[in-house]
Parts: sequence; C-alpha cells; structure tokens
Amino acid sequence: MIPIAHYLFLGAALFTIGVVGVLTRKNIMVILMSIELMMNAVNINLIAFSRHLGQTSGQIFAIFVIVVAAAEAAVGLGIVIAMFRNKETMNINEIDLMKW
Amino acid sequence: MSVELILFYVFAAIAVISAILVITRKNVVHSAVCLAATLLSVAGLFLTLHAEFLAGVQVIVYVGGILVLFVFVIMLISVEKTVHERQFGRGWVVGLIAAILLIAELAFVVWRGKDSLVLPQAAQATESPLGFTGNSQMVGEALYTTYLLPFEIASILLLVAIVGAVALAKRKTQPE
Repeated sequence: MIPIAHYLFLGAALFTIGVVGVLTRKNIMVILMSIELMMNAVNINLIAFSRHLGQTSGQIFAIFVIVVAAAEAAVGLGIVIAMFRNKETMNINEIDLMKW
Repeated sequence: MSVELILFYVFAAIAVISAILVITRKNVVHSAVCLAATLLSVAGLFLTLHAEFLAGVQVIVYVGGILVLFVFVIMLISVEKTVHERQFGRGWVVGLIAAILLIAELAFVVWRGKDSLVLPQAAQATESPLGFTGNSQMVGEALYTTYLLPFEIASILLLVAIVGAVALAKRKTQPE
C-alpha cells in the first residue's frame, strides 16, 4: 500500500507543471495541452482519495472531469481553428482583439 | 521496496519528465507525443490505485480521442512558421515565480498533513475472490443509481460541446 501523500505530491507537481505551461508559453496549442495536464493531476488526487476511503465516488467525479475535459478540448480546438482562419497565427500575443 | 512502490515511481517519473517536455518543446507535434506519454503513465498510475475502469477510460478517451483531436488540429494549421518564433512570453519570470510559490504551498500542505492522511482501510470489495464485484461493476452501479442525474447532464454537456465545436469551426457560407 503506497502512502496517499505520494500521490498528492505527484498531483501537485503535475498541476504546477501545467500552471507553468499556461503562464509562460505563447503557443495556444501548448496552453490547451497544459490544461489537460492540470485536469490529469486533479484526477490522480480524486482517485487516490477514492482508493484510500474505499468509496467509488472519487472515481465517478474523475469520470465527470474526463467528460468536461473532452468537451473543453472540442470547443477549444474549434476556437483555435476559427482563430487561425481569421488571423493566421497561434501566438496568443497577437490575439488581442478584445484586450482593453 | 514492494513492486507496487517501484511501479509507482517508474510511472510517476515518466509522467513528470514527459510533462516537463510538453511545456518546453518548440515543436507542437513533439509536445503532443510527450503528452501521450504522460497520459499513458497516468493510466498506469490509475492501475496501481486499482481503478481499472478509469485506466481504460483514460487510454480510450484521452489518448484515443482528445490527443488525436489535438494532432488533427496541429496538422490543419501550419507548424513550420511557429517553430522559429519565441516560445515564451515576456512575463515568463513572473509565471515561474508564481508556479514555484504554488508548488511550495501545495507541498507544504501535503507534508504537514501526511500523518493525518492515514485513513482507516475500508473493506475493499475488489479483493474478494468469490462473489466477485469488479471495479467496473462498482463504478457502473454508482453511476447509474446515485449519480444518474449528473450522468445525464454530462451527456447534454457533450451534445452542446459537439454542436458548439461544429458551429465554431464551420466555414461561413456566403449569403446569396
């Protein structure tokens, strides 16, 4: 039996790597991938707690997180395609139409 | 050191290293391949947690669905131009400092509470060899009884996402 703290540390590390990707990269595809990384970190935590409490509720929540991740990826990539068609760029610094 | 612990460290090392590669590679295709490695090792971690159903869902939905979607979009838009651009925004130092603070905070909280996290071990239904109730059966029962309404709402969310993605990516037809 692995202590649950191991999984929590791993989840924290993966989440932080995702945060670094979102905050520092300029390529919108890499930012979307970093969001997927963060959702995976959350799933690890949920399933670790589900295992240690002996309940399935955590796994159900993880399934819903996966559903939301799929929906988010579909809509996000649709936005990327529409954006690329209009501005021919994937650089988020050039996508500033709604910036004040 | 038990086999379980060795497996955990192997999968965790692959996950963290390839996650770092995801956010540092210049080429987006390389990032996508590294993301596949991360997602597969997270599926392995789910197996070490005895969540077999979710490990399968992770491989099928993430690697087989979402990642293929990413690769399709990367193929649709040109990659060559973006490789030569600067990859990190101007505020990357601020972002890195914020992230270091975040991991320090999270690690401190987990470290402080690591003794209180030893929870009483509930009776695991997965470990009874006779009268076998597998992980998939337990998840399925919970999903179709207690969590039936959220399950149906999730299906509506997916429908809305499909319609939204098609509406966003569709080429505008010229009005006659």
